[in-house]
Amino acid sequence: MSARLNLQSHAHWLLLVAVLVLWQSVCGLFDVSEFLFPSPARIAQQFWEHHAVILAHAWRTWWVTMLGFAISIVVGVLLGCLMGSSRLAYAAMYPLMTGFNALPKAAFVPILVVWFGIGVGPAVLTAFLISFFPIMVNIATGLATLEPELEDVLRVLGARRTDVLWKVGLPRSMPYFFGALKVSITLAFVGTTVSEMTAANEGIGYLLISAGSSMQMGLAFAGLLVVGAMAMVMYELFARLERRLTGWAHRGQS
Amino acid sequence: MSAPAFVDFRDVWLAYTEDLRKQGKFAVEAIDLKVARGEFIAIVGPSGCGKSTFMKLATGLKPPSAGEIRVDGRTVHGPLKISGMAFQSASLLPWRTTLANVMLPLEIVEPYRSELKARRQEFEARARALLARVGLAGYEDKFPWQLSGGMQQRASICRALIHEPQLLLLDEPFGALDAFTREELWCILRDLQAAQGFNVILVTHDLRESVFLADSIYVMSKSPGRIVLKREVPLPRPRDLDVTYTPEFGEIVHELRGHIGALKKAGMEIAQ
Repeated sequence: MSARLNLQSHAHWLLLVAVLVLWQSVCGLFDVSEFLFPSPARIAQQFWEHHAVILAHAWRTWWVTMLGFAISIVVGVLLGCLMGSSRLAYAAMYPLMTGFNALPKAAFVPILVVWFGIGVGPAVLTAFLISFFPIMVNIATGLATLEPELEDVLRVLGARRTDVLWKVGLPRSMPYFFGALKVSITLAFVGTTVSEMTAANEGIGYLLISAGSSMQMGLAFAGLLVVGAMAMVMYELFARLERRLTGWAHRGQS
Repeated sequence: MSAPAFVDFRDVWLAYTEDLRKQGKFAVEAIDLKVARGEFIAIVGPSGCGKSTFMKLATGLKPPSAGEIRVDGRTVHGPLKISGMAFQSASLLPWRTTLANVMLPLEIVEPYRSELKARRQEFEARARALLARVGLAGYEDKFPWQLSGGMQQRASICRALIHEPQLLLLDEPFGALDAFTREELWCILRDLQAAQGFNVILVTHDLRESVFLADSIYVMSKSPGRIVLKREVPLPRPRDLDVTYTPEFGEIVHELRGHIGALKKAGMEIAQ
């Protein structure tokens, strides 16, 4: 039993190692050109060679994403509260928001460049635009599906609407909120990187473009891996927070 | 009776929507009811007779379409802070411990709300004492989903009583429990009421429950939702569970059963 649990908790590392071994051997066996598809060893070597540059760009992507993501939490929660507590707002906003969400956010980047210039502005806003929708929808759903019995418990005491929101609505929506955070944070990294590719002189997105144009494929892959690693770290952070704060909603699975 | 009634329904009618009101379809009609201070009343009737509607009116969650409701001499316009309510489902908040659930009304109702910060220790001690009285000592820091159904319902009653309401409204609170747990909770409620002297309005479909607990019982009919009968329960207090096996007790239950049976039959004839 414990051996099996052990295997489960390390399964992702085992899979990663297996993929890397396969990748390395395919590159070795078929003698793939490193300009087309570099091997993991080559990527690692390039990473080490350029680690100062990569980490500087990664730091920029990191804080830009966090800034955009923070804005999307604030805006997403506020809009979600509005939509979840008023049927009128729900009916008015939901179709428009869905339409907006269907627009490709990469297409906004040129417009944002016109407004804010090359640099931090477009990247932060792209990260925000791409990631607030899941947060908004999930908060709204959490509030709109609140059991009337729970609401009545407070209403018979003469509670104000804000009381109901703070004491019942928002706590009840927390599982939805964390579910949304885990989706949104990965989207936010996508937003930042896409924007940096055309509208910045710093960040992993910029690194990818310049590495690609100078045929440094190992460097480009190293940049990609760094973005993936950052997104995974944030995902894991939210998953842990979720387990701590909303354990009551996952009691069957622990 | 010289003292003014504590709960006073004066010719109260309620239709849920304006359309229903125009069609003359009322959920409850012509409710006239006077409850003395400290009295324990029960409302019984077939399902769908408007018992829960009556409750919504008494709590102030719904304003009447016609008539007036007074509690403690004042007309009811909205939820009252002098009343506490427990529902058929315990409706405890799963992210709060039992103690925090019981403390909830103190975070809402004045004057406790503004005093909570300064007197938290004292209020917590009071909540713990109340939980201990209903046999939940040692479960204060457990979460509701770690308690059995009967325990959850006890906590829910504590929550309805923590702000020391003068009027306790119970909407079929023991309906979902097994027979033994239900009788146990009858006694807990009986003792709490005897000790603190609050008014109780109990809505139930369990006739034995109503006869055991109440001073007077109102029978409601279904469509129209009217009060058709008031029955005083002359059994002396304190009542022991053994009283439920006496002939007098059985007679009252039987009599009420007869009225409800007649109502059902009449209702079916109308329907046909």
